[in-house]
Amino acid sequence: MQIRPILAALRRHKAGTILIALQIALTLAIVCNALFIVHERLDRVRRTTGMNEANVVAVQNLYVGSPGTYLPLMKTDLQALRSMPGVEDAYVTNSFPLRRGGWSTTAQRTADGGKDGVQSALYFGDEHALATLGAKLVAGRNFTSSEIASFTRDQQPAPPQVIVTKALADKMFPDGNALGKTIYYIKGRPSTIIGIVEKLTVPWIDTDFIDNVTIMPLLFDSSYQHFILRTKPGQQDAVFKSVANTLYGVNRMRVLPEKNGVRTFEMVRAAAYDADRGMALLMSIVCGVLLAITAAGIVGLSSFWVGQRRKQIGVRRALGARKSDILSYFMTENFLIALAGVVVGVILALGMNQWMLTQFEMQRLSFTYVLVGVVVLLGLGQAAVFAPALRASRVSPVEATRSV
Amino acid sequence: MFGYYMELAVRSLRRSKALTALMILAVALGIGASITTLTVLHVLSGDPLPGRSGSVFMPQMDPRDKERDDHPDELPTQVTWADGMNLLHAARARRQALMAAGSTPVQSDDLAIDPFIVPARYTTADFFAMFGVPFRYGQGWSATDDESRTRVAVIGGELNDRLFRGENSVGRTLHVDGADLRIVGVLAPWRAVPHFYDLNSGNYSVGEEVFVPLGTARAAKLKRNGGIECWGNKSSDEADMETANCVWLQFWVQLDDPTTVASYRRFLDGYVHEQVALGRFERPAVSALPNVMQFLDQQRVVPSDVRLQVWLALGFFAVCLVNTVGLMLAKFMRRAGEVSVRRALGASRRSVFAQLLVEAGVIGLAGGVGGLGVAVLGLAVVRMQPGASAELAHLDLTMLGATFVISIAAAIAAGLIPAWRTCRIAPALQLKSQ
Repeated sequence: MQIRPILAALRRHKAGTILIALQIALTLAIVCNALFIVHERLDRVRRTTGMNEANVVAVQNLYVGSPGTYLPLMKTDLQALRSMPGVEDAYVTNSFPLRRGGWSTTAQRTADGGKDGVQSALYFGDEHALATLGAKLVAGRNFTSSEIASFTRDQQPAPPQVIVTKALADKMFPDGNALGKTIYYIKGRPSTIIGIVEKLTVPWIDTDFIDNVTIMPLLFDSSYQHFILRTKPGQQDAVFKSVANTLYGVNRMRVLPEKNGVRTFEMVRAAAYDADRGMALLMSIVCGVLLAITAAGIVGLSSFWVGQRRKQIGVRRALGARKSDILSYFMTENFLIALAGVVVGVILALGMNQWMLTQFEMQRLSFTYVLVGVVVLLGLGQAAVFAPALRASRVSPVEATRSV
Repeated sequence: MFGYYMELAVRSLRRSKALTALMILAVALGIGASITTLTVLHVLSGDPLPGRSGSVFMPQMDPRDKERDDHPDELPTQVTWADGMNLLHAARARRQALMAAGSTPVQSDDLAIDPFIVPARYTTADFFAMFGVPFRYGQGWSATDDESRTRVAVIGGELNDRLFRGENSVGRTLHVDGADLRIVGVLAPWRAVPHFYDLNSGNYSVGEEVFVPLGTARAAKLKRNGGIECWGNKSSDEADMETANCVWLQFWVQLDDPTTVASYRRFLDGYVHEQVALGRFERPAVSALPNVMQFLDQQRVVPSDVRLQVWLALGFFAVCLVNTVGLMLAKFMRRAGEVSVRRALGASRRSVFAQLLVEAGVIGLAGGVGGLGVAVLGLAVVRMQPGASAELAHLDLTMLGATFVISIAAAIAAGLIPAWRTCRIAPALQLKSQ
């Protein structure tokens, strides 16, 4: 294929050429970055919690009135929940993964504090917590019922035994062997690591310590708490529907918030990542529409060029050019323009990403995405120009002899 | 002449329907996406106190200890009880309010209604007057009620509808968590967007339904929540919050003119220096007094996703415009013959140019109408999203006007190069070749 005559012809269509190239460049820059954002968001959405998320129901509860202590109420409720048909296990806690609200504190290796702490989320629970969550113990043991203590708002949580996630254990004790070691959540109050779970995530979705969790064998004596239930397989719906009545049956002096009072874990997960999924969907739609518009633009301009050059095409055909020559002429022409477009587009894409790094929390654009974008746009250009080019190739040599 | 140009434009646009439709669609999608995201941005970055925000200020200081040096440049956005009370009682501003967030269960006299939780605000008296909160019935309480910890409350209109079926409930009793409060006022619908006076309870959280004097709430041990930052070893128990080393209260003042602002600044600076001299404050004596909009700016309340979406939409619009320029070029150049005949018959270059721009403007107008449709649809989708801020996204008159102005301007701008190129065609050459 001769490129020289194509370039010579393009020089006479500067404006159109530049416009197509510019459009391809902008589209590439936006599509690369948008798809990369989609990828980042979907990665977040797919993160696991370390729980066995099937068959879990979470209940938000607030006791009304001010008895001296809420512990008896909580214990009665727990008993009622555990004996519900369809419920395998249950416990009461302050927070759980993906709840997007909870406690965190700094865990330290030394009694007097210092500045080398590791941030950790705190979950309170009893010996039923691990089984209910479905978290996997990889070292040590679970809490025993005699270790479960309670604390009030006026006290600080620092039990003698804790279970931590492997991620937290490794960060606190990089040499391994965290089991049995002592750590401090409150100055001068030692806690021994008696168990390590494989994985459990914090309540928040936007932290840099997502895997750092401590489970404390405590009941938080407060009017507000969450009951977590593990149902028998297939019983989740039944429990989801009846749990509010069961609790109100035990004691009416409580509030289960109308919104999000009782949720299955699927609902918890969906709510937590709603914004991310929405963003990913939006970005995908924008990419699709952008590509469609760019393709339509290429079809429009190429058709115009074909119309404009019917006579020249006729002359070439009359002089012996085959249909395939004409077809490949237009295909090559488009390829050259698109090539120029993607070169500019790659630079634009990287520049845009560089700018977004400073403005938004995101990572550096992976080169795979740029590469995929380049291939997609070159392919899109070829596909879009195919129909006009085919029409051009069908121009009859007779056109050369016709005027108008 | 304009009418004639319009007629020519419509006729020419009709001639190549697919191309015209494509151009209008591109402009409409670009405009629609941009207007949708800009409306969301406009709503979320709006002024929560129109007409007042310039004279409402947040005094800031740094009472924290030296031990942790995290965020040394960022001043806390809340104050301790001691500082809050000192500034409140100094009463150096026209109005001042010290407040905290809470949530409280509410019980109805009607036993058929289960107790429910509502967000609450525990504040001193000036809250209502300073923020211009409208009342439907009754009024707020007085500074005396603050001091004597009177058991009164102001409730929101929604709660009034729920408990008292919208009747005037002033004088009736509100049962909150173990305490009975006499209702003195019922609010008309009011919501500050963003929730500037306490961002800890969510940048766009919904308004509170129960307002109780701060002292009363503390005396009745109503449930406090919201942001809190503590330091040192002193107890941070709920009961000891008055003496704790914690910032947990928001303090706002109203200062009506630059002189009072300047003098309040001096007062605040003097106060902070005094506290440092007394040894109460360990860090350097720094204070600040941003007004509402400055504070919101500083706190970057607009979600970064919303800003990202605006940029995405603008980029999208740019591609659509480039696309339209290309298509217009094709469309105008195709009419080289027609233009040449008109030029040969005496039409000036200027009038050909003007006529082509009118044609571009018509595309812009049609694109604007389409864009409006896209934006209305887009905002409906935004409102379906969960989240406290989504329901606020409505098109207002400014954005409606902007849609058409931007759309027509963009289309005409897009038509400039094609029209210029077309009207520069040498008629003789063109006519000869035919």
